[in-house]
Amino acid sequence: MSESPAQSYLRLSVNGVAREVSVHPMTRLIDVLREDVALTGTKEGCGEGECGACSVFIDGVVVNSCLVPVAQVVGTENVTVEGLADGDTLHPVQQAFIAAGGAQCGICTPGMLIAAVALLRDNDEPTEDEIRVALAGNLCRCTGYGRIVQSVVDAATLVRATKGAGA
Amino acid sequence: MRGIVSDHELTSPSTLQETLALLSDDPGEVRPIAGGTDVMVELAAGVLRHRRWVNIWQHDELRGIGVGEDTITVRALTTYSEVRAHDVLSREFPMLGQAAAESGAWAIQNRGTIGGNIVNASPAADTPPALLVYDAKLILLSSRGERVVPYRDFHTGYKQMQREPDELLSGVVLPRDPWLVGPDSRALQRYRKVGTRKAQAISKVCLAALGVVEQGKVVVFRLAFGSVAAVPLACTAAEAVAVGSAADATLADRVAAALTGQVLPLDDVRSTARYRARVAENLAREFATDLANGLTGFAR
Ligand SMILES: Cc1cc2nc3c(=O)[nH]c(=O)nc-3n(C[C@H](O)[C@H](O)[C@H](O)COP(=O)(O)OP(=O)(O)OC[C@H]3O[C@@H](n4cnc5c(N)ncnc54)[C@H](O)[C@@H]3O)c2cc1C
Ligand code: FES
Ligand code: FES
Repeated sequence: MSESPAQSYLRLSVNGVAREVSVHPMTRLIDVLREDVALTGTKEGCGEGECGACSVFIDGVVVNSCLVPVAQVVGTENVTVEGLADGDTLHPVQQAFIAAGGAQCGICTPGMLIAAVALLRDNDEPTEDEIRVALAGNLCRCTGYGRIVQSVVDAATLVRATKGAGA
Repeated sequence: MRGIVSDHELTSPSTLQETLALLSDDPGEVRPIAGGTDVMVELAAGVLRHRRWVNIWQHDELRGIGVGEDTITVRALTTYSEVRAHDVLSREFPMLGQAAAESGAWAIQNRGTIGGNIVNASPAADTPPALLVYDAKLILLSSRGERVVPYRDFHTGYKQMQREPDELLSGVVLPRDPWLVGPDSRALQRYRKVGTRKAQAISKVCLAALGVVEQGKVVVFRLAFGSVAAVPLACTAAEAVAVGSAADATLADRVAAALTGQVLPLDDVRSTARYRARVAENLAREFATDLANGLTGFAR
């Protein structure tokens, strides 16, 4: 079954930068991000949609990059954990995870950050329940989730403060 | 063992016509991939048997929800998140909204589609029981044209369905019967998913049901289950027993007795046949009792 190597040149946008890669079109987005674009922030936990470690934004929508064939992101804006900070200024969610101890081994952290950013974009005053629902697709083997939820609560406060200051 | 990507082929035609042509060239050789939340899991597990795939995600004409006077059409690429976010759909067809809300976590809901859930044809899938109860129709599209199949006739055996290999599912049509689903409806609607945890868990049993009682008589009774048979199951025997009969204290017993021939669950990794049969019976009894007691509206 190896008659066609079936590599294609595909153009992608990752964190606002145009990239050209030569890959099989069914390659998982996570593999292209890590191996071809050399952005290793996105992690693989399960490879089957259960753990959320591989979460990224496609056109602003959170998806599991282990389930997306790269052919489906041609022409979309893709954002990984590396794209959350604004230059040297970390995103409020990143700041809060550091301050509140929301990360231990760090494998789940990129996905947690993406999911939390998505939540706070639509709701900057989430209840604990809303936070737990928003993060239900992100598994953590280390923290017991308490510090993660606290980080998101703190991040929401930061986000509101930033908005207040900007207004 | 993980599947090898280069064992497969994936084409992304820019037009729907090209996709339909590809599907009809050599029917059955090429299969569609939509959100990939079933297909890519099979690829990862090394159990993806089909070699050639056609990407349909870029075909925007297969996306979106159309509200007509008498029907709502949910096109095949509509995601769970889009179903949840749609006002009219989630108000009039709350069981579908509930099924969407309980399918996977957000990242899955953002990518998994209604069309994929139906054609993947898992007996444990969560939207089929709701679609059976709403008496949905499916629109199947090929280069030969379009045809409509009642959803109740669609699943014919385990992963067997009335879809020709060259056909795409293009949409699901829901009848807006004002009597059943409108603001003036007198119906009781219920959707219950029983799983191991709230998020991400595949159902052990799932029930969708709708009933109307008028002047002490059951005039509409629709009941469907996931995970209790080889297909998403409409319990036609129980429906026949209930309709036209008295909405009294014996309704639950009569409905439960009629389940036995059709509710034939299996033991598997997620649960046992005995547990499933018992839960299905309890859920059906509870619904029949509430209906007989005059409850209306939507309840989980
Ligand atoms: C972590 C996780 C949790 C999940 N939880 C649930 C759950 O709670 N409940 C549930 O029911 N499912 C669940 N699923 C399964 C899956 O997400 C759904 O079945 C989803 O609706 C599949 O849609 P898709 O577009 O991703 O399908 P794909 O993977 O793209 O396709 C699935 C199948 O349908 C066919 N197909 C897709 N679209 C069409 C079309 N328009 N016409 C013809 N054929 C088509 C494909 O050829 C393939 O055989 C879960 C999956 C994961 C990974
Ligand atoms: S690696 Fe993608 S969800 Fe676990
Ligand atoms: S910090 Fe280790 S998995 Fe979450």
